[in-house]
Amino acid sequence: MSSSNGTMGVGAGGGGGGSDSRFFTTQKKGEMHELRLELHSTDRNVKVDAVKKVIASMTVGKDVSSLFTDVLNCVQTGNIELKKLVYLYLINYAKSQPELTLLAVNTFVKDANDPNPLIRALAVRTMGCIRVDRITEYLCEPLGRALRDEDPDPLAFGDFKRIGIVRLLYVRKTAAVCVAKLYDIAPDLVQERGFIETLHDLISDSNPSVVANGVAALSEISETSGRDVMRINASVLQKLLAALNECTEWGQVFILDSLAKYTPAEAREAEGIIERVTPRLQHANSAVVMSAVKVILSYMDVMAGGRGGGGDGAAESIRALTRKLAPPLVTLLNSEPEIQYVALRNINLIVQKRPSILENEIKVFFCKYNDPIYVKMEKLEIIIKLVNERNVDQVLLELKEYATEVDVDFVRKSVSAIGRCAVKLERAAERCIGVLLELIQTKVNYVVQESVIVIKDIFRRYPNRYESIIATLCDNLDTLDEPQAKASMIWIIGEYAERIDNADELLDTFLETFEEEDPAVQLQLLTATVKCFLKNPEETQDMVQKVLDLATEESDNPDLRDRGFIYWRLLSTDPEAAKLVVLGDKPVIEDDTFRLEPNLLNVLVGQIATLSSIYHKPPEAFVVRANRGPTGGDDLGLGDVGEEIEEGDEEEDYEDENDVNGGGGSGGGDLLDMGGLSVNGNAAAPTGPVAGDMFSLSSPAAAAVDPAALMSKVCAPEKSGGIELWAGFRQVGGSVVMELDVRNVSSNVPVSNLAIQLNKNSFGLSPANQQIICNPPVPLGGSGRQSVVLVVNPNMLVQVPDGQPASPQIQVAIKNITTGLVFYFAANFSLDALFSADGALERAAFIESWKSIDDKKELYGTVGDLPPHSTDIDQVAAKFKMHRIFLIARRPVPNAEGQEVAYFSMRTTTGMVFMAELTFKKGVHAAKVCIKTEHVAYGGLAKRTIESMKALGVALYEEVAAIESGVVCSFVEAEAFAAMRCSIIIRSGLTAGNVPEGL
Amino acid sequence: MVASAIFITDLTGKPLISRNYRGDIPLTAAIDRFASYLNEVEDEMKKPVFHVDSGGEVLNVDDVGCTGVGGETFVYVQHSNLYLCGVTCKNSNIALMLTYLYQLTSLFQDYFTTLNEESIRDNFVIIYELLDETMDHGLPQSLDSTILRQFITQEGNRMADDSKSKPPVALTNAVSWRAEGIKHKKNEIFLDVVEKLNLLVSANGTVLHSEINGAVKMKSFLSGMPELKLGLNDKLVFEAAGRGGSSGGASSSRAGKSVELEDIKFHQCVRLARFENDRTISFIPPDGEFDLMTYRLDTHVKPLIWVEAVVEPHRGSRIEYMIKTRSQFKSRSVANNVEIIIPVPPDVDSPSFKSSVGNVTYLPDKDCVVWTIKQFHGGREYLMRAHFGLPSISREEADGGNINKGSGGGSGADMSWKKPIGVKFEIPYFTVSGIQVRYLKIIERSGYQALPWVRYITANGDYQLRMA
Repeated sequence: MSSSNGTMGVGAGGGGGGSDSRFFTTQKKGEMHELRLELHSTDRNVKVDAVKKVIASMTVGKDVSSLFTDVLNCVQTGNIELKKLVYLYLINYAKSQPELTLLAVNTFVKDANDPNPLIRALAVRTMGCIRVDRITEYLCEPLGRALRDEDPDPLAFGDFKRIGIVRLLYVRKTAAVCVAKLYDIAPDLVQERGFIETLHDLISDSNPSVVANGVAALSEISETSGRDVMRINASVLQKLLAALNECTEWGQVFILDSLAKYTPAEAREAEGIIERVTPRLQHANSAVVMSAVKVILSYMDVMAGGRGGGGDGAAESIRALTRKLAPPLVTLLNSEPEIQYVALRNINLIVQKRPSILENEIKVFFCKYNDPIYVKMEKLEIIIKLVNERNVDQVLLELKEYATEVDVDFVRKSVSAIGRCAVKLERAAERCIGVLLELIQTKVNYVVQESVIVIKDIFRRYPNRYESIIATLCDNLDTLDEPQAKASMIWIIGEYAERIDNADELLDTFLETFEEEDPAVQLQLLTATVKCFLKNPEETQDMVQKVLDLATEESDNPDLRDRGFIYWRLLSTDPEAAKLVVLGDKPVIEDDTFRLEPNLLNVLVGQIATLSSIYHKPPEAFVVRANRGPTGGDDLGLGDVGEEIEEGDEEEDYEDENDVNGGGGSGGGDLLDMGGLSVNGNAAAPTGPVAGDMFSLSSPAAAAVDPAALMSKVCAPEKSGGIELWAGFRQVGGSVVMELDVRNVSSNVPVSNLAIQLNKNSFGLSPANQQIICNPPVPLGGSGRQSVVLVVNPNMLVQVPDGQPASPQIQVAIKNITTGLVFYFAANFSLDALFSADGALERAAFIESWKSIDDKKELYGTVGDLPPHSTDIDQVAAKFKMHRIFLIARRPVPNAEGQEVAYFSMRTTTGMVFMAELTFKKGVHAAKVCIKTEHVAYGGLAKRTIESMKALGVALYEEVAAIESGVVCSFVEAEAFAAMRCSIIIRSGLTAGNVPEGL
Repeated sequence: MVASAIFITDLTGKPLISRNYRGDIPLTAAIDRFASYLNEVEDEMKKPVFHVDSGGEVLNVDDVGCTGVGGETFVYVQHSNLYLCGVTCKNSNIALMLTYLYQLTSLFQDYFTTLNEESIRDNFVIIYELLDETMDHGLPQSLDSTILRQFITQEGNRMADDSKSKPPVALTNAVSWRAEGIKHKKNEIFLDVVEKLNLLVSANGTVLHSEINGAVKMKSFLSGMPELKLGLNDKLVFEAAGRGGSSGGASSSRAGKSVELEDIKFHQCVRLARFENDRTISFIPPDGEFDLMTYRLDTHVKPLIWVEAVVEPHRGSRIEYMIKTRSQFKSRSVANNVEIIIPVPPDVDSPSFKSSVGNVTYLPDKDCVVWTIKQFHGGREYLMRAHFGLPSISREEADGGNINKGSGGGSGADMSWKKPIGVKFEIPYFTVSGIQVRYLKIIERSGYQALPWVRYITANGDYQLRMA
């Protein structure tokens, strides 16, 4: 507070009229004492002024808690203003003085019985705000009375008695909110006293304001407890809809928001409710409009999905509704900028959900010069979503206009928007590029840089189509000073090196400053130089050597080093393979990388107008789930609520993760899961330590347990309606089992019932039972493991063509019975799941077979980088035994000090026999592998099985699988992907016995 | 569900008054975070809604949730030298919070005439009372000033006899916006139809976007509980009536023009369900001033006042403007207080003007020229020439040819005057949409005669013409 107010004096005699600022007069020493005296004054005016001074001090953050008892003394007054001030003081300091607060209880109880309803309501309202446990006991009695604060004669509604009733309603509507407050502090008390039931009674109240507050309180409690205590049914629905027409604007929002959480049983019901809600679109309050839009959009899905509703009729009604929704949405853009911002974030969702609503309204999203920047940015997003071939010319003119404005971020986003139009609309791409070239001519630094970045995206979308503009880009090389722009330009140079005369020179200039560049630029420089080298090896040999040296020796960045090494090995091993990898086709990018996944979108549409719709995240992503009452001992009380409520209520949108985990543990669904892998945690490590590294397991004690499956991600949620799948194979009690981890990433329909089918495969495997029941269902955010028992069925066997290796791939189709969605993926089978327990050959038989197989059928390989202790043959043998790979014999290699050979055999349940020879050398953490088998086609798989018992190799395969299954590849990922493929080739090169020098 | 707490700060984020409704967030720490947001985040990065995670980091809107759950969301509006801010740790209805904050500002304005730092301090007791009454447990309750005034008054020492203070009937009544027993000596009602024209014209002269924002504003001084019915020349009404055939040819031909209002918003007193049924606007009005309805029309409107600018810059010496303006409405209408605002470069000097009508002034602090025409009759055309000197070295050259470097400081300078031309005007007795009030029926039990007064006016809204 500025000191100028201090000059106004204390003016204690001042009665009415004087400004309150005099109470802020700075306090001198001893003033506390003075205040205390004034608080005890018999003069009411002095007393009131003293309390005001206390409140003023409180307002500016001074600690006046020492006056607690003195202020509390003043509460015994008939003066309602004084009472309000004391109550305000109490709310503020009750927490710090819980003992003393109890002294106020008497007054509260007395006030709650006051003949004046204002005082009754005030007392109940304030008591609810005092979050002191011990006061809650005293709150229940008056609250119970206040909730039923009612005229005994319900028929007395004539004008004659009306006024009296209305006053009582004021207390009731305050009491309704107070139940929600009490629930926060003491949920068990609310339950015990049956207050939730009382709230339900209030929904039938004759007064709309009471209904609205009752609804608000019930929604609050539902949110706090995580259970639907609202329980909307047909009769509640009618009452809510009736109150909707009558209550205040805020009450309308409460009611609409709780309607939005309800799912109508069938199309006709949905249509009926929509009809009653539609007039709200005409309300002046934007919040009412948005909540009405939310209800309508959420219910439209039910209308569309209605089976009996008659498809044509429903479609016609939806079209009509679509027309009705556009004008109110557009009008929201005439509100205050803050509301516009909220509206635009929501419209962003709406145009994704139902593009037709605003398809003809793109012009209203054109930016005004004086729009706040945050509004402009959101408008741009919408423009990009609405642009189509009909309006693209106008949009381009508009975007070009924005690109000359002052705000740098806005200009950049506009330029980038032009690029996104090009990526989205193939037929307009050329025009977009034209505009970008014009913009580059302005030579404005950041415009040029942003243009380069988006042109790179256009090249990735339409390869080899617009390279004629590269010359223009190259003219502007020296303007580029931002990492992203540089990286993009370098990528373009590398990608089109053969069409740029001096590509090597251009790269060379960048290389001069290699060490100072941003890591993103360094990575691109490395890749581009390698590309350049592969296209024109003669001239760029020195350059590539230089960049590889820089990357592998000078850099501290592990990404850069790794990529450098990979390229280096690749180039030195097999330049032709390098060409295939590095210059291979890259995935073409899609324009919908900025679209939300459909199931998440549905969740968010149900959250319109809430924070969730601003952040485009489901609420549980950012809101701490309230623990169920702070008192701790409330489980019993809640148990009752739970049982009572759970009956008719299985469609709760969000389940607590803990619920799921708890249920999963007790459910009978995963008896088969004894692998010891963490199933519940969302972040469960994909590489189980048990299976990940067979060599390293030192304790054979675990031999009785079947080894766990090595899980890898096989299906991304984009393909499968929000469900992520991880699969792995293992053997359990003699049968082959496919383990499926079902992770529900964004489907708000819990995963409960799936059907599975396998395509014909190299092993003749098919599921014993096509149905997979998830018990308990996997809710949003949860996960669960299912085991599918596979049997060998000769009809399912694919004959492997001569001379070709058998494919480990098993193609799987899964249908989600609940949603009707079918999706496909492929999982790599691990052969050891097929090895049978009788795979140990007689020693003599082994030698016989070994000799009988032609040496040409041998397969060689090397396993490197083994953990030190895993070269001990005893341990290896024990570990292998778990996987039913049996040690037959071992012997030292003659004439070679420290080398030892071990022979193993394995037999599949289908009768294929494999024999393996592993050579170890003391002090070398590697082993040579040699496989002999009559079933040559499967030999490779057997070899890989043995090799895979090394952590690093496994991890690598998995990453590739993850990237391959991911639909979206970012710019960086695409290159990483190429590098990954290349490392696989190196591995196969290595196994071919081709170990290059120095690696 | 809605707000954990509401607080008001000055422009630096220093708290003036606060109310913690739910006790689920540490309020003092939250206010500190808000202050550091105001002071530390760059202006162009600020958004009216922002999230601070549990570690105290302000998150970009797309990153919310990426650092785990928890933290608080702030939502704020600015009014004069104040920020009104709501804070929540739940998934609150943010639209509701914003509309509450806006209505709170108008409520305070209604109570204290002006709302600023001083009036907050001068009325802190009453503000506490209003905060207490308008929101409970973070849920907005009644914000109607006419109702609240009946039991929260400004006189410091009011209500000596406390038994008199009762909650007003209207607070929980179905008619929550009007108290019973209102008496006026003269029963009058004033009706203003105000239309604002939003216009955006591209540099090549095509109208990119035109839109009419209309409002029917009322000032009601009627006694008792009057039932009102308002008739407009709303196209849908006529279509409905025309099919009914009862109104006959005479009235529909007399109506001649009817208007299709695209999106109508009503004051809460209007019975929406009834309107949805038969397009009747029926209501019990609040007492005093209020906006009965607002509407929007997206029709293509010919720009009422057209402006063309020809700019001839001569680098390093001078810059010349030729501005032509034309009124494109009927000649019997007059636009009053027309201002045409033409942006100019920031470093011009020695202005000289020549115009066929009106006054021209150069406003150096706003970098623009304002051409004022007091009365602009329909169907006229005027011309104005402006001439400025330019310094021999332009600002960007003075910056050392730094145009292409840095983040726009240099290039901003040569574009900042590319602002669009703005126009302000008011045309009385005229609505650009053609909307007309056909009747206003007032029925009250006591059967008094009331006088309705109707006025029309069209003014500029967001009226921008881009310069070539």
